[in-house]
Amino acid sequence: MATVSEPPQGGFRLSQLIYDTRYRSMTIQIVTLIGVLSLIYWLGANVAYNLAALGKPIDFTFLWAPANYDINQMLIKYDSQDSHARAALVGLLNTLLVAVLGCVLATVVGVIVGVLRLSSNWLVARVMTVYVEAFRNVPVLLWIVLAMAILIEALPQPRDFRGDDPAASMLFDAVAFTNRGIYLPEPLFTRSLGEVPFFGIFDISLDLLALLAVLAAGMLAVRAIGRRAERIQNATGDRPTTWYLSLGVIALPVLVLLALLGFHLGYPELKGFNFAGGIYLRNSFIALWLALSLYTAAFIAEIVRGGIIAISKGQSEAAAALGLRPNRTMRLVILPQALRVIIPPLISQYLNLTKNSSLAIGVGYMDLTGTLMGTSLNLSGRELECVMLTMLIYLAISLVISGVFNLYNQRVKLKER
Amino acid sequence: MAMTPYVRTRMLEQKPPPVTSVGPAGWMRRNLFAGPVNSAMTVVTLGVVALLLSHLLPWVFLSVWNADSLAECRQIIDETWGTEHSGACWAVVRERFLQLVYGFYPWDFLWRPNLTFVLMLVALAPVLFTGLPRRMLVFSVLYPFLGAWLLWGGPVWTPLLALAGFGVAALGWRLGGRVNAILAVALAVLLPLLWWILVMGPLGRGLSALLPLGLEPVESNKFGGFMVSVVIGMSAITLSLPLGILLALGRQTDLFIVRSFSVAFIEFIRGVPLITLLFVASTLLNYFMPPGTNFDLIVRVIIMATLFSAAYIAEVVRGGLAALPKGQYEAADSLGLDYWQAQRLIIMPQALKIAIPGIVSTFIGLFKDTTLVSIIGILDPIGLSNAIRADSAWNGIYWELFAFIGFVFFLFCFSMSRYSMYLERKLNTGHR
Amino acid sequence: MTKTVFWGVLAAAGVAAGMVSANTLDDVKARGELICGTNTGLVGFAAPDANGRYEGFDVAWCRAVAAAIFGDPEKIEFKPLTTTNRFTALAAGEVDLVVRNTTWTFTRDVDLKLDFVGVNYYDGQGFMVPKELGVTSARELDGATVCIQKGTTTELNLSDFFRANNISYEPVPIETNAEAQQQYLAGACDVYTTDASGLAATRASFEAPGDHIILPEIVSKEPLGPLVRHGDSDWADLVRWVHNALLAAEELGVTSANIEELSASTENPEIARLLGTEGNLGEMLGLSADWAKNAIKAEGNYGEIFEKYIGEGTPIGLARGLNAQWTEGGLQYAPPFR
Repeated sequence: MATVSEPPQGGFRLSQLIYDTRYRSMTIQIVTLIGVLSLIYWLGANVAYNLAALGKPIDFTFLWAPANYDINQMLIKYDSQDSHARAALVGLLNTLLVAVLGCVLATVVGVIVGVLRLSSNWLVARVMTVYVEAFRNVPVLLWIVLAMAILIEALPQPRDFRGDDPAASMLFDAVAFTNRGIYLPEPLFTRSLGEVPFFGIFDISLDLLALLAVLAAGMLAVRAIGRRAERIQNATGDRPTTWYLSLGVIALPVLVLLALLGFHLGYPELKGFNFAGGIYLRNSFIALWLALSLYTAAFIAEIVRGGIIAISKGQSEAAAALGLRPNRTMRLVILPQALRVIIPPLISQYLNLTKNSSLAIGVGYMDLTGTLMGTSLNLSGRELECVMLTMLIYLAISLVISGVFNLYNQRVKLKER
Repeated sequence: MAMTPYVRTRMLEQKPPPVTSVGPAGWMRRNLFAGPVNSAMTVVTLGVVALLLSHLLPWVFLSVWNADSLAECRQIIDETWGTEHSGACWAVVRERFLQLVYGFYPWDFLWRPNLTFVLMLVALAPVLFTGLPRRMLVFSVLYPFLGAWLLWGGPVWTPLLALAGFGVAALGWRLGGRVNAILAVALAVLLPLLWWILVMGPLGRGLSALLPLGLEPVESNKFGGFMVSVVIGMSAITLSLPLGILLALGRQTDLFIVRSFSVAFIEFIRGVPLITLLFVASTLLNYFMPPGTNFDLIVRVIIMATLFSAAYIAEVVRGGLAALPKGQYEAADSLGLDYWQAQRLIIMPQALKIAIPGIVSTFIGLFKDTTLVSIIGILDPIGLSNAIRADSAWNGIYWELFAFIGFVFFLFCFSMSRYSMYLERKLNTGHR
Repeated sequence: MTKTVFWGVLAAAGVAAGMVSANTLDDVKARGELICGTNTGLVGFAAPDANGRYEGFDVAWCRAVAAAIFGDPEKIEFKPLTTTNRFTALAAGEVDLVVRNTTWTFTRDVDLKLDFVGVNYYDGQGFMVPKELGVTSARELDGATVCIQKGTTTELNLSDFFRANNISYEPVPIETNAEAQQQYLAGACDVYTTDASGLAATRASFEAPGDHIILPEIVSKEPLGPLVRHGDSDWADLVRWVHNALLAAEELGVTSANIEELSASTENPEIARLLGTEGNLGEMLGLSADWAKNAIKAEGNYGEIFEKYIGEGTPIGLARGLNAQWTEGGLQYAPPFR
């Protein structure tokens, strides 16, 4: 690679483009560039020609036409007269919702299972192995479809809650498990602050913003308390007990705010065909969420197990020799090292989960593939535009996720000299 | 009075261990009931497992294997075990077994996919098990042509002439090399292309007219069931290996443009879900081809799956390259090997060996992902299960088909992942 | 390297790269078989049996066209298509015609550049509910959960209907009929809506069909029919007249049983023209004189096909209704053969 050629004796010969290392790399690059560009040009020209022949030039204006179909789960306001673009946005938010919640649940389950696989309890370790192998070796599409079927068959219908002697009843009169989904109590405010529009795209609840602001302020206060405790410890050697202060700083303002806003819970109630009120988690969402999480958790469990095994025993012994207590050993010695091993594969599992969420199509969860690449595509007949747009959006999501986690990975990475 | 220290002069006989720490009781105490938390976990786990099995086992085993329709199944179950019992109706699997495995492949020619599958194992053996003679790799290289010919049929000349294209390339390289290197490269690329595009078709037809040797052609829309999963999975992995290695090298190189294209391609493919690529295959690929080009859906899916797995293989191979100590590269340079020689003789053999477990798990992933093709209308096992349910005799059957499909996938993937683990263990001992 | 391997495999696969020329009939004849796009599986309309042979109401049209061209209904290849790729497959020339319970609409005909050649089944979107709900009209469905097959015109009709009547609903989009059926039976949705023919077929497969009723409202017109590529009028004519021949045969009393006898000794000039014993209609289409005879012999006339796959004698049990001949008060009306 790094061989240096003698300067050529005579004039420039054509064969130098290949034999002379000074020119060769340039030759290869230019040939590649020409090749790739002509390939792209060829594909583009074909598309242009074919679409012209069909009389369907690329045209994104359909995005602003009324979508004419309804979506059941929407995080922002939408009705069938809104545009295809807004339907796609609703789908995108649904994708993000299931991806984020899926990553959280998969991590929790994955870490627990990964640790339990190393448990000294023979039965538990075996059962966890069976779980991991069963989920890793069967296609996720099958799991999603099966999860949906189990929810539908195993849980009672809303009809069963009716009558004097119902076949099913609500948990604590607040939570209803039905085969259409789960109904949870919802937070309501009697003295609500209202909502503000966000660039006309969606409305943000001011109550939520206020709560978040109070929480954030509480967090800052807790950090200040922690720093003060540190100073005192540095000066005197004694760390003052601060947990009740921290708890108060966080909880009190929140409780006061909730009381001011008139917080109460709205319970779901059986009305007509369905339950009304409360938060409604649809079957399709739960099935997709559970199946994706459990599937990915099986992979995460293996990663976690590998990470823990990779830390040599000497590390915890050394920590003990330094006089660190077990929880500090875990927090300061084991975890940072295990995370170094765990995080890079974990990122790719998160990416996989996000991409697999596109299998929502199997259970009718209206995510981005269900809206933009599903119904919008079928109703408008714009395959090229819809599929390309969907790919670009997924690409953007993936790049953002891997970007963010890679930044984090850089921070926890072992600094090598 | 001085105390005489007491020293035992004779060892006592060893006492038998307490009953609670030996035998089954001891084992259970150690492994199941060590401490309250542990015991609680054991009890809960036992409860959950018992609950699951009590529902699952009767359904699986108190079931019907002989029936012609779902209605008949239900009737038999009601008569045998009473109306309360819900048992599986495996009769559907029995009746549609061949279809679930081979799709609509002509029944008379089932030996062809069978033989292809057996030969596939033979071709894979030298790749997977390093103990076998290296000569067998020759068969592995020839196998894709043989396998494709066996499955799709057609004159025997087609695969032979396609193979001959590589001979033409070698010839071009040698002839051109006598003049200069540029000509050699140009001839080695252009001649085989001309051969495949222009010469092969007429020559093949001529040879078939002279000596009509061949198999009955079977079109790929006759493929279905697990055969389609294996065909798509295997072709995509085989075809993506060379592409993936090139992409991995492209990503590692100092050449800016080559590196940018490789990175862009890999990140793009890895950033989008496979289902969008399959949508491209099913709806858009025709737009990207010259007007009139028309190849069937399975080939299009194989193309997209190849591009998809190439990006993942590239990352696996990159991992293998990165795991090689830098000394290997430096040693190759110091021997005076050029880039390709170094890659061929020093780097790749070691890097690929490290990468094999990763390649196997990429393959497992791809094999499982082939179920997605049901969404674009290919009759893979899941697609077929929908088609079977559209038959009025089996309309309404649900769990049995999915259970069967899941079970077969589990068998395949589990054995492959075991192999991959065995390999990892073997490689690990090599390094320590 | 990869590219070369790829081309090698392409060649080995014996993949045909032919031009989509303006003359589909010539292509079909040169190929020796008709390629027909059909459903991946819909009870009564198209489904592969245990031997992989496609059977069904829609499939019969494909076979009739193949028989008209080649005199042999088996010179045909079926390509199962999804709702998403059915139009692109046709436009790209992957299939010669599509008979896949596809609704004839303005945008599909005009904007998507497809040609519908006729209506082989007049359908409409209906609702099915369990009897125990006590619902008698779709207008009483306020707040109901509605299972709906995705990606079709049904989604649009449903939205329009509920909007027009100012009542709310909860849509549950579902990919296939089988899943919809499972969800509906388990009570995960109160209502199942799709084409009335599909509802009837689904209900027929239930253990207790009597526990479910189909509501009287038909909220849309769903004329289902065969379609071909835009731009080849000769081919469209051919498929259209094969379709008309099946209709006319029923009207004129020509069945697969008496067709040989009639073609030998008919007095009726229209039957004679239809069956090719008189005139040169076949030649005008570029086919043999007995084209219609072959088409009718393949699976019978319209009425026979109907009875064989979806009629009242089958588990699906559909009444003729709108699909009766015009002489019987239905809408099926073949233009004259002359």
